[in-house]
Amino acid sequence: MSEQTLTQVPARRSSRLKNALDSDLIYSLRKSPLTMVAAVVTLVLVLSAVFAPWIAPQNPYDPSSLSIMDSFYPPAWEADGDPRFLLGTDDQGRGLLSTILYGMRTSLAVGFASVIFAMVLGVTLGLVAGYFGGKTDSIIMRIADVQLTFPAILIALLIDGVARGLAGSHAYDEIVFGVLILSIGLSFWVQYARTVRGSVIVEANKEYVLAARLIGLGPITIMFRHVLPNVLGPVLVIATINLALAIITEATLSFLGVGAPLTQPSLGTLIRVGNDFLFSGEWWITIFPGVTLAVLALAVNLLGDWLRDALNPKLR
Amino acid sequence: MNVAEIKQPASGTVPSQETLVEARDLRRVFDLSRPWLNRLIEREGRVTLTAVDGVDFSIRRGETYALVGESGSGKSTIARMVVGLLKPTAGSVSIAGTDVWAKAQAAEQRAMRRRIQMIFQDPFASLNQRWRVQSIIAEPIKAFGLITNPADRAERVAELLSLVGLDPRDGQKFPHEFSGGQRQRIAIARALASEPEFIVCDEPTSALDVSVQAQVLNLLRDLQQRLGLTYLFISHNLAVVRHMASQVGVLYLGRLVEEASAQELFSEPKHPYTRMLLDAVPDIAMEGIERRSIAGEIPNPITPPPGCHFHPRCPRVMAHCKTVIPPVEHAGNTSVRCLLYGST
Repeated sequence: MSEQTLTQVPARRSSRLKNALDSDLIYSLRKSPLTMVAAVVTLVLVLSAVFAPWIAPQNPYDPSSLSIMDSFYPPAWEADGDPRFLLGTDDQGRGLLSTILYGMRTSLAVGFASVIFAMVLGVTLGLVAGYFGGKTDSIIMRIADVQLTFPAILIALLIDGVARGLAGSHAYDEIVFGVLILSIGLSFWVQYARTVRGSVIVEANKEYVLAARLIGLGPITIMFRHVLPNVLGPVLVIATINLALAIITEATLSFLGVGAPLTQPSLGTLIRVGNDFLFSGEWWITIFPGVTLAVLALAVNLLGDWLRDALNPKLR
Repeated sequence: MNVAEIKQPASGTVPSQETLVEARDLRRVFDLSRPWLNRLIEREGRVTLTAVDGVDFSIRRGETYALVGESGSGKSTIARMVVGLLKPTAGSVSIAGTDVWAKAQAAEQRAMRRRIQMIFQDPFASLNQRWRVQSIIAEPIKAFGLITNPADRAERVAELLSLVGLDPRDGQKFPHEFSGGQRQRIAIARALASEPEFIVCDEPTSALDVSVQAQVLNLLRDLQQRLGLTYLFISHNLAVVRHMASQVGVLYLGRLVEEASAQELFSEPKHPYTRMLLDAVPDIAMEGIERRSIAGEIPNPITPPPGCHFHPRCPRVMAHCKTVIPPVEHAGNTSVRCLLYGST
């Protein structure tokens, strides 16, 4: 019996794109129509948020273009509607469509940034805890345990409150987005750390890690070059699901009045503003941002669920 | 194992008299105690396990030294101490006179590490599945700074792949595209990448199909002849050991109970444990002779029997076996730790 490889290396594919389209991931995406819809919705929402300045009919951040006379227009299809404002206007005369597009931009930016912050922090701490074990592990994981006993939103409120007190209300408006990212990120890192630590403990005892130690590589090289690529699968899934959670947390904070300011509203701020007018008949101010938030969170969540199944080798 | 598939030892390789690897009174104790708070409350003492209990051996350049023993006898622990992955509790290991565990300059340490490599048991766990084969093999070359030019390095990787009987183009692939035997070849190529003199093979074929085992063993022997390698070969498979080793050490509960040349050990086993192991080996040539299965199990190493560890299973047990730790006796070219061979 010859052990030589019988199959030849296939001729190198003409393009990387074709390679990517052939992958297992894309295949399982094609098999699930619901995920396809979720992916398209997410893509459309993200793109329209990114390109808001070019798509939006008005610029809601520019006070000179706003007129208080335009306030409280209902959506364009209602009797009193104005064709300039498709989804109506809010109390300051800002077109809701434009404000939602800009608000989604804020929500997504804060969401992405806080997820990345939480991921970097959590993955690093998880790697260190899992690889070194012993006292290092105990200390990091006990901190994580303690943090888990508080709800994420409470931690975010605490950090926000401390930052507000330290900065003073005037300077606070300038750092508000940084504080939001920090507080949401800090409340979500535990999940990454726990997942990564568990996987690292399994991986670090595998023989490829021993082989790397054998040639004298240091712990940092081994952790990041050898172990990290093997534990990233679950991290990606958590990150996707956490993106929806982070967007909702930001909306919650903004709804409670500690998040994005009125001058640069996020979806949560818009829902809070609209809430004041809900019972006087101006329903559109709160409903449209609310529906957008729900659709965005749902689509991202569906993508995360699909990714979790697609990356799980046991379900293939 | 099909014996017919294994080549007979080539006449050309005569191990030199120069000692390459030397282990002196190697000892490793693992602390299995529970956390101190539990011990304090439950009034428990410390619990320790002596995995390796004062093992001496030396390996001559170009020779294959095999360590055999049941699971839990300390084979893998010795392997890890010899390559420098696990610090011995006591004793020393030296390669060509340099202590593996001595505190040395970083450069010296690297130079020494380069000379020792290891082939692991499970070829599915020993290759990083996220790396291409060429990066896996190139890593030791990079880590030791042997070849800095990327083009030359790629050439060397291709050379190593053909040396172990793979296609140089296989370097583009990922480990999961290969069979177990092919993966073990990749692992061998990686071990050879740093141009070592001494390779520790920790049960290199026990995870492979029987038909592939012989091919990997033959490859290891071919490489030994071509490159003048020295092997520490760890196995529980006596048929494999018989065809690979020139010198054999038999381990029982962390102690070396018998040490002899392969020829002598298989033709004239001295220690009762060695005899028991050999009686249990299935062999085509022994057909018709009744095989005796091994009696009993290896005792719990946390509480080993006093005196000679083997006495509860020994068919020729004597009264003082239970109290006296047998010293090393020399019977011909064999060293044996058994009171049957005592001078008294």
